[in-house]
Amino acid sequence: MNNSRIWSIVIFAAAVLIFGLSWIIIGSQAGHNLTDAFLVTVAAFLTLSILSFLYKDNPYYKFAEHLFVGVSAAYWMSVGFWSTFVGNLLPRISPSLCTYFGVPYKGFDIFFFIPLILGVFLLMRLSSKMGWLSRWSLAFIVGTTAGLNLIRYLRSDFISQVSNTFVPLVTDWRGIGPFFSDFSLSITGQFAMSLSNWVIFVGVFCGLIYFFFSKEHKGAFGYASRMGIWVLMITFGASFGYTVMGRVSLLVGRLTFLFHDWLGLVK
Amino acid sequence: MNKWGLIISLTIIAAGLLYLFIKSIRGRDVERRFIFLFMGLAVAVPILFNISFSEKATPIVKAAFDKIENLPPGSKILISFDYDPAMAPEVNPMTDAFVRHAMAKGHRVYFMNLWATGQPMVATAIDRIIKTEFPEKKNGVDYVNLGYKAGGTGVLNVIITDIRKMYLTDVNGINLDSLPIMNGIRSLRDMDLLISVGGGLPGVKEWVLFAGDPGHIPVVGGCAAVSAPLLYPYYPNQLMGLLGGIKGAAEYESELKRKYPRFAETPQPGIKMMGPQTMAHLVIMAFIIFGNISYFVLKSRGE
Amino acid sequence: MKRQVPVIITFIVGAVLIVSVFFPPAERLGENFSVFFDIIAVFAFFLGGGNLIRIHGNKIYRRQKDWAFSAVTLTGFIVMLAAGLFKIANPNGITGDVAATGSLFQTLYYNIFYPLGSTMYALLAFYVASASYRAFRAKNKEATILLIAAFIILLGRTPLGVYATGWVPESFSLLQIPNLAIWIMSSPNLAGQRAIMIGIALGVISMSLRLILGVERTYLGVDNE
Repeated sequence: MNNSRIWSIVIFAAAVLIFGLSWIIIGSQAGHNLTDAFLVTVAAFLTLSILSFLYKDNPYYKFAEHLFVGVSAAYWMSVGFWSTFVGNLLPRISPSLCTYFGVPYKGFDIFFFIPLILGVFLLMRLSSKMGWLSRWSLAFIVGTTAGLNLIRYLRSDFISQVSNTFVPLVTDWRGIGPFFSDFSLSITGQFAMSLSNWVIFVGVFCGLIYFFFSKEHKGAFGYASRMGIWVLMITFGASFGYTVMGRVSLLVGRLTFLFHDWLGLVK
Repeated sequence: MNKWGLIISLTIIAAGLLYLFIKSIRGRDVERRFIFLFMGLAVAVPILFNISFSEKATPIVKAAFDKIENLPPGSKILISFDYDPAMAPEVNPMTDAFVRHAMAKGHRVYFMNLWATGQPMVATAIDRIIKTEFPEKKNGVDYVNLGYKAGGTGVLNVIITDIRKMYLTDVNGINLDSLPIMNGIRSLRDMDLLISVGGGLPGVKEWVLFAGDPGHIPVVGGCAAVSAPLLYPYYPNQLMGLLGGIKGAAEYESELKRKYPRFAETPQPGIKMMGPQTMAHLVIMAFIIFGNISYFVLKSRGE
Repeated sequence: MKRQVPVIITFIVGAVLIVSVFFPPAERLGENFSVFFDIIAVFAFFLGGGNLIRIHGNKIYRRQKDWAFSAVTLTGFIVMLAAGLFKIANPNGITGDVAATGSLFQTLYYNIFYPLGSTMYALLAFYVASASYRAFRAKNKEATILLIAAFIILLGRTPLGVYATGWVPESFSLLQIPNLAIWIMSSPNLAGQRAIMIGIALGVISMSLRLILGVERTYLGVDNE
């Protein structure tokens, strides 16, 4: 028996021992039963299995990863089936199935065979001979997405955004005298507010110039493009900061689970 | 705050950083597993010692709070749980705070999901918050759980004009027409406020594009930190307020506690998580500095 | 038949949904198409499940490398699917919420799906930390700007920022790190995100038009597929 096999057995035995003990100890505590203890132990085992990838890829991680894929697919299927298939399709096509599943029947509507047929066509993707039929369903999905997105993006992400960019470049203007006499670097002051509006107006304009590739970025256009890059760099920096924040929060969440729910070390 | 816990945490972090600093000024490589271990400790130790800090709401969070606070009692608020377990530690404190606030203020709350993975979290929030902290509130009268529907933006495109076309029953199979809370509700346009808590697609952005803007309905968002910067262009004209990441949740909790002393003793997961979060930020900032020191040391040596 | 019909379907559906925004009589048709879309989306979930069974079933049948893990995937899939479709241990029976408290489906969700999903993403915290040390370098002006912005956000979004610059007087409050972080988010970040947003919107609009008009057909794949 080689060294790595021995280690594998030792680690497996240790894992069985630790999690077995955890189950018994938690289950024997007041306010817990063996089922709860088993479930929290399983959750802890899966959490640690995923974290073990930090050391290196290993069978425990692979086990957890593969389990996640299976459970995840089944989860979406089950909820989709009950919420939309039973909740929206059956009430329009089958009174007897509605009675069986306990959902109100809304009257027969022949048009609801369209999504049923297209849905079945989509499943034809699994067949090598009839796979082309799934293009019809895909075409419906693509057409709906395109039709829905076109107007909404035009209104909210283009027209509204352009409109919101035209902001007063000097806010709360009461003349040149008060501007200097009341000058401050307060976050709510006139200078900071005006500066913000300048940055928004110029920043959006320069950012768009950077994305405009039909003209060579030279001269004044080049300077504007360069400024656009700086604005985008600040944007990416802010995004990085927030990404760090988000990922750390998830880790805090998992470690809190281990220390609080599993080990009971913190209240 | 646990003073000794803070001292121990800072000592461990300082010791690790000192080791890293020495390695950096010598331009030596640091084993990636050391960085992983150190990061784990920087987060774990503050959790063990319950380290937390006080928070103050920033304008964008305050705007979200005020929007709910200033609605007259009995207003109709729709809260959509559009997230999965991968975002839950960040955004669950937000949904908890929104639900508490809406219930305390006496609003009527309509729950729904655009993510299938959010459905069990609504059931848990109802059990954990409404049924225990607000036992007088009745299902179907003060709140209703509409549940999940597949299709994302397709769902929004229907319920913006006709909720019953999409939702025939609530999540428990009860006909919507038999629920008093649904009287007079035809579409999303009958809602006084839409709250989306999420971080992916569909999420807050889709609520603005497919419901808020076309229906002229106020939208407030809560989102995972990763997507918060992307939503700033909508604020304040298209999005009334935004809670970005756990920091946003903590700020909302502090505002809620300040305004409603009854919540002083209720769990504040957002505020609690900001302790380890702060320590981790400290470590990451140190990593950036030391990484750059190492880079410039190597550069000066011509390596 | 194989290529023309899908292009016609895309055109009709897309055009109806656009017209329904401007022309109220077409609104009901637009709603119906959206409901159809939602129902077809569920079949896409079924397709995902079917594909999963096919790939992992094949792997087990042929005893390919790591086939035992495929068995884990299929076992997890079948158990979760049975719990969901048959609403096992659901307190309200067949009519109740599939994820009702006490159901096997919810139990599996909170004790298997939830820890796996959230830990998978929590792993990224470690890699972000590693990247901060190894890759986040002030190599040029642009990288330095990015780095400084990230640094201010990281500092400003924690109580550390308050302690570090709390002494700065109120008349200079813009220079307090938390306020500077707020300002970065609501000014330069907003400007940059808005420029990107406008660019993406133009892309979405033109792509939607190309799809509806049948100019863009790559989604149909190739005929010998």
